[in-house]
Amino acid sequence: MQFGLNETQQILQTNARKFFATECPMSEVRRIAETETAHDATLWNKFAEQGYTSAFFPEEYGGLGLGLVEMALLMEEMGRALVPGPFLSTLIAGVFIEAAGSAEQKERFLRPICDGRATAAHALLEPNPARDIHSVKMRGGDTISGTKIFVAGAAAADFLVVVAADGAYAVHAGEGVAIQPMPSLDVTRKYYAVTFENAIAERLPNSGNMQRAVDIATLAVAAETVGGMQRVLDLAVEYAKTRKQFGNPIGKYQAVQHMCADSYLETESARSAAYYAGWALQENTPEAALAVSIAKMYSSDAARNVGNRGIQIHGGMGFTWENDVHLYYRRFKANETAFGDATFHRERIASLIIDGVAPALMRAASPLLATQG
Amino acid sequence: MDLKLTADERAFRDELHVWLSANVPKDWAERKYDPLEKRFDYLKAWQRKLYESGWAGIGWPKAYGGRAASTILQVIFWEEMAKAGAPPFANVLGLGLIGPTIIAFGSDDQKQRYLRKILSAEEIWCQGFSEPEAGSDLAALRSEARLDGDHWIVNGHKVWTSYGWAADWCELVVRTDPAAPKHKGLTVLLVDMKSPGVDVRPLKQITGETEFSELFFRDVRVPVANTVGTVNDGWNVAIGTLMHERGTFGAGLQVMYRQNIERLIALARSTERNGKPASEDPIVRQKLAQAYAEVEIMRLNQMRAFSKINQTGVPGPEGSIQKIFWSELNQRMQQLAQELLGPYGQLEGPDGYAVDHGIWSYGYLRARGNTIEAGTSEIQRNIIGHFVLGLPRSY
Repeated sequence: MQFGLNETQQILQTNARKFFATECPMSEVRRIAETETAHDATLWNKFAEQGYTSAFFPEEYGGLGLGLVEMALLMEEMGRALVPGPFLSTLIAGVFIEAAGSAEQKERFLRPICDGRATAAHALLEPNPARDIHSVKMRGGDTISGTKIFVAGAAAADFLVVVAADGAYAVHAGEGVAIQPMPSLDVTRKYYAVTFENAIAERLPNSGNMQRAVDIATLAVAAETVGGMQRVLDLAVEYAKTRKQFGNPIGKYQAVQHMCADSYLETESARSAAYYAGWALQENTPEAALAVSIAKMYSSDAARNVGNRGIQIHGGMGFTWENDVHLYYRRFKANETAFGDATFHRERIASLIIDGVAPALMRAASPLLATQG
Repeated sequence: MDLKLTADERAFRDELHVWLSANVPKDWAERKYDPLEKRFDYLKAWQRKLYESGWAGIGWPKAYGGRAASTILQVIFWEEMAKAGAPPFANVLGLGLIGPTIIAFGSDDQKQRYLRKILSAEEIWCQGFSEPEAGSDLAALRSEARLDGDHWIVNGHKVWTSYGWAADWCELVVRTDPAAPKHKGLTVLLVDMKSPGVDVRPLKQITGETEFSELFFRDVRVPVANTVGTVNDGWNVAIGTLMHERGTFGAGLQVMYRQNIERLIALARSTERNGKPASEDPIVRQKLAQAYAEVEIMRLNQMRAFSKINQTGVPGPEGSIQKIFWSELNQRMQQLAQELLGPYGQLEGPDGYAVDHGIWSYGYLRARGNTIEAGTSEIQRNIIGHFVLGLPRSY
């Protein structure tokens, strides 16, 4: 038994950390965030050269076939650097295609993602009173109609994976697809409302596999959050070492020091949970779904705590636009609510440990899931 | 990263499992509710049995009766003990803290003289560290020893000494150079508790039990040969001991917490809220899920830390998050039990209306001590702040 990272994993982590520090420093994050779509083609090409766009997809479609612990590690580094743009949404759309698409569809949709030629988005939530993943009511056929909201990266996407009540569909951006910005807290990853009007749709035939794909997406969000927590902790500790009041660095005072210690505890705990969820999903252990919900539940609450302390420790500076902490704080809120918040996942954990049943993460889609072999 | 057990690890677990199935005493299920003082001889006999079968101190070097087992095997050991519902060791401090200290800092004579009797529970050990004026600020301790020929003459007062009333020997930290800065003038001695001038007064704690004692030393003569490590280097020896306090020992704890949370789930099924089982109440479900998740994260944090010890050989200051985590989690879990049980949560004793022999009222009080014993939560946060995060020392 060995929980530590193996050599390949350590190299991936070290290289990614160096790469983002060089190619995507905070000055770049801020510059890209101010563009209309927060998508930078130059940076995207570098991701492709590094193998990041292809890392987690099968080799037969141009991918590198790396595992889910590796995915958690890369997402963690992306979260630490607060990488802007549609990487996560493209990754998740690709994961959905890989899970539910036919071989021919994977060739057409996954290969361009791997090559760095295409970005994509996933469309889940709908504007109805169910404010979570259970809101899915849209149905599709040869065409699809209806509105999806909170679609990250839609304005930059070449195609979208639309999760409907009767299956998942791939839809090209273009005719019948109208995209409206949804101004929201996370300025580095923009949300859109997407209205489909008789847009040409392709059904993904193996939608029964979507449950695992949603779990992978949920893990990716949790792991990215861990990286952001680490960065906010580092920023807070650095500030506590240099900011002086009453003749001492404020980090000498236990009121401040203990806040840092609590953020350290929560960051390491969220990391343990995310790495384990990656391993459990990769190995397909019976506890994988539970592990994913624990990781997402914990990171959702803990990131908010770490963010609150990060701003508090920075005092007035923490409340300025100029300071970086709020950019992470904004991302934390977006990630907290994406793919189920802490309350949602606690109920899923309760179903697993009290009722002994695994509820479908997308309840509305569950009849569909049940019909698939 | 590979969390599956290797073939060797599985073989070890299976061998231990078979042994425990055959040897865990059947009457422990009843005897475990006896007060600690009443069950202590029982636990000594149990440890003797473990020792004779090679299951005591498995991480110790083979030369001193151990198996030189890896950290991972030690973790498996504590997990299997907890899963089997086995009684604990009697000589907890000897095995977990003092033995490893003697192995690391002791002379060859000391190793030959003391180690096997720690494993067999023939000699029970306590740890004379804290004093009335030196708790978290351990280095401020005032108990002193001065040389008189080939003996130290010890005078002083120790407190919160776990198992003091049961101990045959004490690992004692004393001041041997009053002129030196407070961390530099300390020395660790091994003191025979039967020496003239040693007085032990049991302390009754809020649970009504007597886990710890006060120790008084009046002109106690301790042979110079009983010095551990170098004279006036006792701080490093003591810190070495305290680092072991956060060793593999806690691995059994997450298993017990998991058993607790499973018991709470069962209680939630048989308790009603608003005319329905509490296990269907959304608030109860949220809280049970939160507690379950935290127990799981405690396990994962431990596995990560143990994997690191397995690679590097030493526990690091990161271990401080384990102490904060398990102590505060137990308090939250005990409070959850109280919420579930309502007024029944306060009932004591094996009979009448009490739930589960009254373990929940006991646990509620006992958990208060968790954030104080073995380094308070405040000291643990100082350790993280200074040694892990590099913030200036606050004191």
